[in-house]
Amino acid sequence: MQKIEAIIQPSKVDQVKDALIEAGITGMTIQEARGHGRQKGHTEFYRGREYSVDLLPKAKIELVVPDQLVETVIQAITSVARTGKIGDGKIFVSRIDQAIRIRNDERGENAL
Amino acid sequence: MHRNRLRMLATLLLGSACTGVCFAQSSPPAPAISNADNAWMLISSALVLMMTGPGLALFYGGLVRKKNVLSVMMQSFAMMAIITLLWAFLTYSLAFDAGTSFFGGLHHVFMHDVGLTPDPDYGSTIPVQTFMVYQLMFAIITPALITGAFAERMKFSAMACFLILWSIFVYSPMAHMVWGKGGFLNAALGGGLPTLDFAGGTVVHITSGVSALVCALYLGKRLGYPTEPMRPHSVVLSFIGACLLWVGWFGFNAGSALSSGALATSAFVNTHFATAAAAAAWAGVEWIRNSKPSALGAISGAVAGLVAITPAAGFVQPMHSIIIGLLAGVACYFMVAKVKQIFGYDDALDAFGVHGVGGTLGALLTGVFASSAINPIFKDAAGNTLPSGLIEGNGRQVLNQLGGVAIAWVISIVGSLVLLKVVDMTIGLRVSPNDESEGLDLTQHGEEGYDTAS
Repeated sequence: MQKIEAIIQPSKVDQVKDALIEAGITGMTIQEARGHGRQKGHTEFYRGREYSVDLLPKAKIELVVPDQLVETVIQAITSVARTGKIGDGKIFVSRIDQAIRIRNDERGENAL
Repeated sequence: MHRNRLRMLATLLLGSACTGVCFAQSSPPAPAISNADNAWMLISSALVLMMTGPGLALFYGGLVRKKNVLSVMMQSFAMMAIITLLWAFLTYSLAFDAGTSFFGGLHHVFMHDVGLTPDPDYGSTIPVQTFMVYQLMFAIITPALITGAFAERMKFSAMACFLILWSIFVYSPMAHMVWGKGGFLNAALGGGLPTLDFAGGTVVHITSGVSALVCALYLGKRLGYPTEPMRPHSVVLSFIGACLLWVGWFGFNAGSALSSGALATSAFVNTHFATAAAAAAWAGVEWIRNSKPSALGAISGAVAGLVAITPAAGFVQPMHSIIIGLLAGVACYFMVAKVKQIFGYDDALDAFGVHGVGGTLGALLTGVFASSAINPIFKDAAGNTLPSGLIEGNGRQVLNQLGGVAIAWVISIVGSLVLLKVVDMTIGLRVSPNDESEGLDLTQHGEEGYDTAS
């Protein structure tokens, strides 16, 4: 089992969610986040004072899937979230030791 | 807590003593009450209260950081409660009883002789109690305005003590001088230095704005100011507050006609025109200088216009109110966006920049644009109308306005300094640095404004 964390533009969330569902992935967690990579922030003006805002709004999608689906998920995300510009985001993949379904204590890939 | 109780006891004893000494006077035959006037005045009173809560509470609340939103709202709300009681016990009398040219007497403490018949000097067609409650709403919002200067760093207890004392020693004398019987600056009742102030440019805005500056300087800057970013946490709240202020201000200005006749109409129209002009002016300046007009700028401009037209509302022609609004929008923008940075003081919510400066500008422009055609306030011994302002040839009035403005500035500076010192030396003004970092909502009130967990 592997965990896929994707940090993407908030405006891409609906499209990514639809692409994942279409690829057969049903379980995911989506969070609002703030951050930046190489993307510069922007300046805001409040009563004449300039504020540089470095922490930009992002969306973070987390999924845990069986090993054989990892590449499918990555393809689904990148195909809709890629614009070619700085700020598209990043995907991280890590190993998951255990998964448990709380309702009935199912373990391992059956719990996904 | 202990000190609050002592203070209340002292006030009760003082009040009881005075009631024993004062006796009821026989009153002359009462003028007829106009139900139309009274209805309008009661509505206006409600509108002005709405300006404080939730108008000002929202406007200020949105401008501070999330961790301090409740503390700011609580300060305005506290004025609604505390000043009401203080007014009933003491300060209405100090403001509106006849006394000296500078201070009213104690005849009306505990609402003695404040009944349901009119007082000819205070609205001849409404019960004097209507006048009293209308004026109360002004007495409430004036100290509430000052809270904008020391937001995010003043102890709640110290704020309450300071503003109670301020209401007694700064607001009441100023209100008396401009609007009270025998007041030195009272243009309507033959004061020695007649200052035209229709709805409180000097009484409310200059006193609160200048006192705000004194407070900001005395208390010092917030931790981290000006390097740490302190953005408004919700311009949305401020927007709602500003719109409530605009609507409520019709009660503030048009209600100051003390009747529902043509003068109220003049004040209403002038208020609206000036505000629109000022909002457009501030947004326009931002558009030019920052390439984008901001919502915060537009609403700040509107408030600046409302402030500046306050002394002029019942004296000027509508097209002149537009000029007043345009000038106020531009002047207050530069005060807030440029001058404040130059001097480096931390007037957190621009109470001085908007109210102090806007009020001063408005008061002076009143002397320029006052028209006897709108309001024949000056009459000679034979009852003929005399010119009001500079545009009618009475240049003297600008000097009178300057005198009234100067008195407002002086009483605010001296009064605030002394009272700040007194409160500072007894209970201390500022919260501890730790409390300030953690936020006043939690440390002063044990609450959070927004509970994201629940």
